[in-house]
Formats: sequence, C-alpha cells, structure tokens
Amino acid sequence: MRRVIKIASVLFAGSLVLAACSSSDEAAVEENAAPVVKVGLAYDSGGRGDGTFNDAAAAGVDRAVAEFGVEVNEVEAADADGTPERAERLRLLASEGYNPVIAVGFAYSDALAEVAPEFPDTTFAIVDSVVDAPNVGSLIFAAEQGSFLVGTIAASASKSGKVGFIGGMEIDLIKAFQAGFEQGVKAVNPAATISVAYMGPAGDNSAWNAPDRAKTAVEGMIDKGVDIVYAAAGGSGLGMHQAIAAAGGSAKGYWGIGVDSDEYVLPARAEFKENIVTSMLKRVDTAVFDVIAGVVNGSPLTGIQNFDLSRGGVGYSSSNPVVSAFASVADGYAEKIKNGEITVSSTLTE
Amino acid sequence: MKSKRILDALLAPMVAIIFSVVLASVILMLFGANPIETFSKMINYAATPRSISLILNSATTYYFSAVAVAIGFKMNLFNIGVNGQYRLATAVGALVAGALTFPGYISIPIVIFVSMLVGSLWAGIAAWLKVYRGVSEVISTIMLNFIAIGLIAYLLAPSMLGVQTAENVVGTPVIPESGRFPGFSIPGSQVPVYGMLFLAALLGFAYWFILNRTRFGFDLRSVGQSPSAAVASGVNVKRMTMYSMLLSGAVAGLVGLPLLLGAQYSFTVNFPGSYGFTGIAIALLGRNHPVGIAFGALLWAFLDVSSQILDLVGVPREIIVIMQGVIVLSVVIAYEITRRVKVRRQQDAVGKATAVAQ
Repeated sequence: MRRVIKIASVLFAGSLVLAACSSSDEAAVEENAAPVVKVGLAYDSGGRGDGTFNDAAAAGVDRAVAEFGVEVNEVEAADADGTPERAERLRLLASEGYNPVIAVGFAYSDALAEVAPEFPDTTFAIVDSVVDAPNVGSLIFAAEQGSFLVGTIAASASKSGKVGFIGGMEIDLIKAFQAGFEQGVKAVNPAATISVAYMGPAGDNSAWNAPDRAKTAVEGMIDKGVDIVYAAAGGSGLGMHQAIAAAGGSAKGYWGIGVDSDEYVLPARAEFKENIVTSMLKRVDTAVFDVIAGVVNGSPLTGIQNFDLSRGGVGYSSSNPVVSAFASVADGYAEKIKNGEITVSSTLTE
Repeated sequence: MKSKRILDALLAPMVAIIFSVVLASVILMLFGANPIETFSKMINYAATPRSISLILNSATTYYFSAVAVAIGFKMNLFNIGVNGQYRLATAVGALVAGALTFPGYISIPIVIFVSMLVGSLWAGIAAWLKVYRGVSEVISTIMLNFIAIGLIAYLLAPSMLGVQTAENVVGTPVIPESGRFPGFSIPGSQVPVYGMLFLAALLGFAYWFILNRTRFGFDLRSVGQSPSAAVASGVNVKRMTMYSMLLSGAVAGLVGLPLLLGAQYSFTVNFPGSYGFTGIAIALLGRNHPVGIAFGALLWAFLDVSSQILDLVGVPREIIVIMQGVIVLSVVIAYEITRRVKVRRQQDAVGKATAVAQ
C-alpha cells in the first residue's frame, strides 16, 4: 500500500512539474487609452509562444492592436480540456463583453457551436473549422496549395532527390499538407522520393509536442539520404530543426521547411534560422486580423471564409534570401494555381 | 472517540490545503498579483450557478476515475491504465450508442454495460500478465494506454467506423437524442448537470459496501495489507488480483460516459485523455475512502473550473497546477508523518508495558 502510494506521488508530482514547465509565459497586454473594441482570443493548447500555429494567430492580434488600438484578452486551452471547458472559456469571454471572440483551432468546433447561439450580438470566429451559425466566421485555409509551393522549392533545392515530410497528428487536416507537398515535389521532379512520418495517431495530443520523436524520425530520414524536410507538426517541428542542425545544417546542404508562421524570423527558431530555407505560410494572422478589422469597421466577417492562394491566405516565405534561387519556379506554379490551370488535391491519392 | 478519529482524518488534508494556499499566495505576490483579490475572484466565480454545474460535472467524472484507481490501491495494485481503459471503453460505448435507436431506458444501460465490459477486458490483459506472467501492472497498464490510443485511431478512421462530425473533426456518429443521459438544471445556469452524478453516488455507496461489508471486500483488503497473512487465512491471492483489476477496469469504463452521454454525444479525436491521472491524485487525496474521494473530486473540480477566471484576469493559471501538486504532496507527507508518529507511540507503549511486566 505505502509503496504504491509513494510511487504514485512521485510520478504524479513529476508530471505536474513537467506540465508547469511546458506552459508558456502569458504575454501581458497593455491597455490603450480609449479602447473601442475588446478582442477575446482563445488559443489552443500551447498558446502564444508555441513557435507556429498559435503564434500565427498572436501575430494577427498584435497587428490589430498596433493598427486599431484594440484591447485584447488572451486565454489558453489546457491539454485535458473537453468540450465543456472550451465552451466555458468562450462563454466567459463573450459574457465579459469581448467582441469578437476568436477560437484558435478545430478543437473548439463543438464548443463554439454550443455557445454562438447564446450570444447572437457577438461576432465569433474559428480557425480551421466550420461552425454553421449566422454570427460565426469559419476561417479555413487551402494548406494544400501553400504546401504545393514549398514542395516545388524542396524538389528544386534537394541535391539527392530525396525529401521528407513530418506530420503532427495523423488526421485529414495534416494529410492535406502532405498531399499538397507531394504534388509539388512530383511536379518539379517526378523521380523524387518522399519519406513520410507522423508523430502520433489521431487522438494522441502529444503528437503536437514531441520534438524528440520528430528528431529521431528526421535523423532516420537523413540516414536514408533525405536532405530537405518539411514539418507540419506544431511544436514537434523543433525536433526537425535540431536533427538538421546536428547533421551540419545548410553548410552541409541540409535544409528544413517551416510551417504556419515565418519560422525564419521567429525568435523561438533564431538558433536554426540559417537552415530554414522557407516556411509554408498559413496566414492565420491575416485571417485573425481580418476578423478584428471587420468588427472595427462595422462589417463583421461571417460565414465560411476560405483563405486560399489567390486571397493571400497561404503562401511561402521569402525571408531567407537563399530562397530567391527557387522563387521563379514556385511563383510560376503559384500563378498556375491561381488561374486554375493546376488544381491541388487536399487528399492523398493512394 | 469516533469524532476524534474523524478529526485525525481531516487534519492532514486541511493542513495540506492551508499550506498550498500559503505557497500559492507567495507565488502570486512574486508575480505581482494580490492573493486575497485572486482567491476572492476564484470563489466568487465558483459560486455562480454555471460554475457550480461545471464543478459538479467535472467532479462526477473525477469520482469515477478516482474510485477505479482506489480499487487497485486497496489491493496494492497501481492501475495507471485508467486513461487507456476509459478511452477505449468510451469509444466503443460511443459507437454502440450511436448505432442504437432504442428508447433511453434500454439503450443507456446497454451502453454502460458495454463500456464497463470493454474497460474491464482492457484491464484484464494487464491482470492476466500480472497473475500468470509476473509482469508488473505499472508497466503493462502504461503500455496498454498507448496501444489503446492506436487502436482507437484505427477504429475511428473514416475508412473504418468514424465519421466526420465537423470540419477537421473525426469521431463516432453522433448519439441520437434518445440515447443521451438526461441531466438536470440548476436555476440560472444554461449548463445542465450530468444525470450520472447520481450513478457516481451509487457507485460510492457500492464501493463502501463491498469493501467493508462483504467477504470479498475483506479478502481484498487483507491481500492489500499483507499478502502472506491473506494466503495463510486461505485467500486465493491470484484470483483476488484478477478480480480487483477487472473491477477497477470496469469502473474505469464509466469515466468517459458522463461527458459522452451528458455533453459531447460523440467520441472525437479531441476527447479529453488524462482523467486517469487526475483520478490517481484524487484517490491519494481521498485516502481511497468513498467520502474522502468525493471531497477530493469536488476540490479538484473547483480548482480546475476556477482556473478559467484566473486566465481571464491575467493571473497565470499554472498557479492552479502548482496548488494541486502541493496539496497532493503535502497530504501524502502529512499522512506519512502521522503514521510514523503513531508507530513510534505504539512502540513506546509496548516497550513500557513489557518493561513493567518484567
């Protein structure tokens, strides 16, 4: 009995310490002199400072703060949250007078569907999902189109003709990144081989924050001759950068491709920036900014908002000057996608 | 005498809570927040009808989980596999519930039975490994958690049994109105309280009754306290190990049902996956006693729910995680200290008695 309790306490205390360590710092938001619009932002787990997805939303809010002087309150989901906890978070924001209330991540779908009808005068928005209510803007992204473009860059930049893809949780949302990437690679180099690894099955939340697993997977890919890897894996993407840096990085011809945010300029990735040839930009920042701008201007953005290439909702980053060598190829394909000459499928063919 | 015993039992948790409040206050002051203001905000928020509903709901879930863990603890078994057991059980239960169109009084008992069966079978693998192959249940149940996640992902793939319930969300077919467990409302709250709250109370009574008023419960406790003494008195330890793991798994099978049948109506990839660990903490806090666990579950739920308001007023809500950790650690330490003091006192008394006899 006592032995068991001791083991249990130690394990439990350890997990708590880890949980406390992994949580990011809350960013203080300064209040403006005359706030007109109060923005409520509910992040998915990881929150501001996760280095990709949530940070992209944070960038959009920061821009809105700078341009409109809106007041912002940011709250963040815990890993263990179910629909009731997420619903309560949105409900609290709405009942405190925040408008718009923006839910970052598809995990808020059911919660928002429940809460949105309770506050018909509040504008809600959800990233990466569709909620059918008159006061909700559903912000979805053509990630396959942006992934196609970084795929063409990967195929052009690879010397070995072997490229890699690291996915987070194995769900359709991420498979769209993989599908677009593979089509882009094959468009430039039909003979290229693509190694694929996912960090966890559907339902395994640790897949988004397992840099150790990603590092091992990328090391394995490098051993097989892969010299450029694209990671769409949230916080796990850090492991890809570590493995590429360990292999010698760009000096030895190994490159990584970031996702969601422009990882080349992210402080969280400063250590690895020389190895980041480009990033697939999923402009969650633009979408979040547009939602806030809509409320500020009195014309809220509602309904399904598809942020695709022609709307500037996805793309690739040119922050690293190295990418200019491949830009003409990528831009050529971008034109073809925009004018409909090429249709990028969001599902895997096999 | 009896009131003194209750006071003794309450002393350790009370000291632990006070200690955690003090420590949290110090940390809050270091962060530049006013502790009194913060705690009063938490309490004011927790006192609203909606928060009370949320606290009761979370506590219901935690109670099932903690009882599942406590059944193992009573036998000196450490079931860390509650997470895997309830997730698999809830996923299968959700598939069954989504397929049944019977009236609730027929379909809900079927779903509850199926979930308990699945949880029990999944724990049964670890029990079999322990009894017949000598594999520590600590290892096997943790490993089975990962296998359960993989198995669920396989079952819920759209090519298998899953359906797309919303954009980017894959889960089981949504449970029809008739298959949902009816709840009740507290006036002023739009969040209904889970009807399974009463089932949790019933389970608490059954747990107490079986443990303290049946031969099975006596055997179970005796194996937990001293396996050799239990063998000497004719208890089949292997069989008891098997039974208690199966029982623990069956109760674990209930953990996800309040949320599934009371609020979410579909098992999706977002279904919360760590109630099992919360259960371990609450079982420790409640000393495996049905009433203690109930208080532990309520306290835990109160802290979890009030973390939402902290986030909103800009206080780092990690303060709640720290408080929860401190409470559990100090409870365990306090019990250990009181136990040692008691043992020393007993030894002294025995020593004096024998000295006088000589």
